[in-house]
Amino acid sequence: MEELTNIFVRSVFIDNMVFAYFLGMCSYLAVSRTVSTANGLGIAVIFVLGFTVPLNYLIENYFLAEGAMVWLGPGFANVDLSFLSFILFIAVIASMVQLVEMIVEKFVPALYSSLGIFLPLIAVNCAILGGSLFMQEREYANIAQASSFGLGSGVGFYLAIVGIAAIREKIRYSNVPGPLRGLGITFIVTGLMGIAFMSFMGIAL
Amino acid sequence: MSKSEKEPLFSGKNMKLLSTPLNDENPITVQVLGICSALAVTAMLEPAVVLAIAVVVVMGAANVIISLLRNTIPSRIRIIVQLVVIASLVILVDQVLKAFFYDVSRQLSVFVGLIITNCIIMGRLEAFALSNKPWPSFLDGIGNAAGYGWILIVVGFFRELLGSGNLWGYPVMETLGVYNIGYEDNGFMILPPMALITVGVIIWVQRSRNRKLIESK
Repeated sequence: MEELTNIFVRSVFIDNMVFAYFLGMCSYLAVSRTVSTANGLGIAVIFVLGFTVPLNYLIENYFLAEGAMVWLGPGFANVDLSFLSFILFIAVIASMVQLVEMIVEKFVPALYSSLGIFLPLIAVNCAILGGSLFMQEREYANIAQASSFGLGSGVGFYLAIVGIAAIREKIRYSNVPGPLRGLGITFIVTGLMGIAFMSFMGIAL
Repeated sequence: MSKSEKEPLFSGKNMKLLSTPLNDENPITVQVLGICSALAVTAMLEPAVVLAIAVVVVMGAANVIISLLRNTIPSRIRIIVQLVVIASLVILVDQVLKAFFYDVSRQLSVFVGLIITNCIIMGRLEAFALSNKPWPSFLDGIGNAAGYGWILIVVGFFRELLGSGNLWGYPVMETLGVYNIGYEDNGFMILPPMALITVGVIIWVQRSRNRKLIESK
C-alpha cells in the first residue's frame, strides 16, 4: 500500500506531466482561459488516464512484451510484438475517449458544449499516450501500481490546468507588454509554476 | 529558407505554403500546436535536431498519403485513419532510429512515440491535406514541420550553450576560455521550466518584430 501511495504522490508532484515532461501542453494552453472549462477537461483527463493506463498495462503484459503470450502455449514464448505498442495503445485511447465523450454528452450536456472540440482531442492529448508509454518504459510490477500511476498523472494534469486557468483569469487585469500578451506570458507563468513544482524534487519516497 | 531550383512546381503560391509556417503561421509560437514534444527534448542540440528531422519526415509523408487517400476516406472514420497512417510512419522512424542511432533514440525515449499525438500533424492533416492535392500538401507538411523544427533547434541551441557550455557535445565555452575570466554555466537552463521560459522569450522577440501577431486584449 505504501508503494502505491508513493507512486501516486510522485506522479502528481515530482513527475508532473505538465511541468516535468511538458505533456498535454496543447490542451493545457488552449483550454485554460476560464477555470470552469479547465475543471471539466481536467476531470475528463483524470478519467481517461485512470482507465487507459491499466488497460494498456494488461495489453502490454499479456500480448506485446517479449514472451508475454506464453499463456497461449509454449510455442509463443519467443514472440515479441512490442513494435506494435504505439498502434494498439492509441487504439485503446481513441475508443476510451469516444466512451467518455458519450457519457459526458448524456449526463453533463453543459460541460459537453463548453469543452467543444477539446473532448475528442483528448485522444491526441500527449499526456494520455505519454502516460501509457511511461508506464511501458518504467515497467511497473503489477496492475495496481500502473493504475496508481495513471490516476496520479491525471490529478497532476488537473492541478496544473486549474492553476494556470486561475492565474490567467487574474492576469487579464494586469498591464502585460503587447508582444507578451496571451501566449507569451502564459508560457512564462507556466515556467515559473514549473520552478515552484521543482521544489518537490529530491524528496525521497 | 531559399529554394534556388527553377522548377515550375515552385510557383509563388506553393512557395507561400512553405514559407508562411516559418514565421507568420508558425505552428509553435502562433498556432500553439505540437508544444508537447517540443520542449522536453531541447536540453541539448542533438536530440532537438534529430526530433526535428523525424517530424519533417513523418509530416511530409503523412500529408502526401492522406492527400492521396482523401477522396476515399469516409469522413466519419477519418481520425482513426489518420492515426493509423501517422502511427505506422512513426513506427518506421522509431525502428530506424533504434537501428542506426541507438544513443539518440534512448535519449529521446518516449518522445519519438509521442510524434503520433503531436497536434501539428493531426492539425495539418485535418486542415490541409484532406482538401488539397498531394504536392501542395507535401509542401505544407514540410513547411510546418520546418517551422516547428527551427523553434526546437533555437531552444536547444540556447539551452545547451548556456546550460552546459557545449554545442553538439563540443565544449564551446571552454574553447573560448571564458571560464578563466569568471564565467559560470547556468545549470538552471537544463531544467525543464527554462524551456518554457525560453519559448516565452522567443515569442516575445518574434512578436515585437512582427507586430501583427500581437493578441488583442
